[in-house]
Amino acid sequence: MNVAVLFSGGKDSTFATFIAKKHGHKICCLISLISENPDSYMFHTPSISKVRKQAEIMKIPLLTQNTKGEKETELKDLEKIIFRAKKEFNIQGIVTGTVESAYQASRIQKICDKLNLDCFNPLWQKDQIELLNDLTKNNFEIIITGAFAYPLDKKWLGRKINHKFLQDVKELYKKYKINPAGEGGEFETFVINCPLFSERLSIKERKITGKKNSWTMEIELT
Amino acid sequence: MITVIQICKEKFHYYEFVRPIEEIIKKTNTEFISIHYKDLTEDMLSKSRKIIICGTSLKDNAFLDDIKYFLWLRGYNKPVLGICGGMHILGLLYNEKMHKKQEIGLTKVEFKKDFFGMKKIEEVYELHNFYVTSKEYNIIAESKNCPQAIKHREKPFYAVLFHPEVRNKELIRNFILD
Repeated sequence: MNVAVLFSGGKDSTFATFIAKKHGHKICCLISLISENPDSYMFHTPSISKVRKQAEIMKIPLLTQNTKGEKETELKDLEKIIFRAKKEFNIQGIVTGTVESAYQASRIQKICDKLNLDCFNPLWQKDQIELLNDLTKNNFEIIITGAFAYPLDKKWLGRKINHKFLQDVKELYKKYKINPAGEGGEFETFVINCPLFSERLSIKERKITGKKNSWTMEIELT
Repeated sequence: MITVIQICKEKFHYYEFVRPIEEIIKKTNTEFISIHYKDLTEDMLSKSRKIIICGTSLKDNAFLDDIKYFLWLRGYNKPVLGICGGMHILGLLYNEKMHKKQEIGLTKVEFKKDFFGMKKIEEVYELHNFYVTSKEYNIIAESKNCPQAIKHREKPFYAVLFHPEVRNKELIRNFILD
């Protein structure tokens, strides 16, 4: 089936792309919403400008749509860009990396239904630790680009998702109920290498901003 | 053994509509097999002590043209739980009528009595374009729009229109362990 993936450059949407491709679907394009609102309910924002580079090394066309990121207008913007993908690439389905968010899943389902597209959520309800394990098992190299919950601090930025990370997030879950895969927006991630990439991305510069328990790392790729 | 019956035409939907149910069963340490309805065998059915019929996506209605594959249910007397599309199947076997009504997302459902641990008002996740009515079933729960949980008047056949594998995992757990 011809599909488009709602793509943020983070671990979940990249892994969803990987699974869709493994199932033999043709990834006709990636769709990214560039939100002006860092607290968007729908779209992850850190490092989204780097998504262009990821699309390039996957050799998949990227469609982008700017949005103010306000609650309902961002849905209209999403519908607009999905409609464009349908028209330009003749897609029959949308793939997302949604794991737990009923808010996000239901809104995307409604848009797909309206546009007569099938909707695929291959990570839906997946156990968070199992998801992190699957990512490392499949050679995904992922770094943390945002940390937004107590007791996470700037030391978490730039960390790779590996065995040590898994142990630490398990502890955080026990103590503070922090979602290990960051589905509640606790973490933002960026994929620097995976089996879909023709080359590994390398980071030239890192700019860290934030305070207390809300930190972001903007990266420049070489 | 529990048999999980898949109704997805497109295999890629397995991850969303079947795997979450399998994960819940695994956590109860209950043996199960998971199989598409076209691949079911009599041997599997005779070994099963309970059956769960999963749902599928809004666009995937191919199973509605395949009710002939489910006729064996009319002679089956062990517990069956139908989820969403599984509810449509259980109903269509008993002169059920289908009505168009879309519900997507979280909604409140009122239970008239205990239904595998669901009591009074529960928040559930919906994803359907149709609902069903049948005189052969008692309605146990309703949303403001339509019936959400039903039980066959004579057989141990239960069905829910919402997706318990999302926000009401205990319903599936209780069905298995009951």
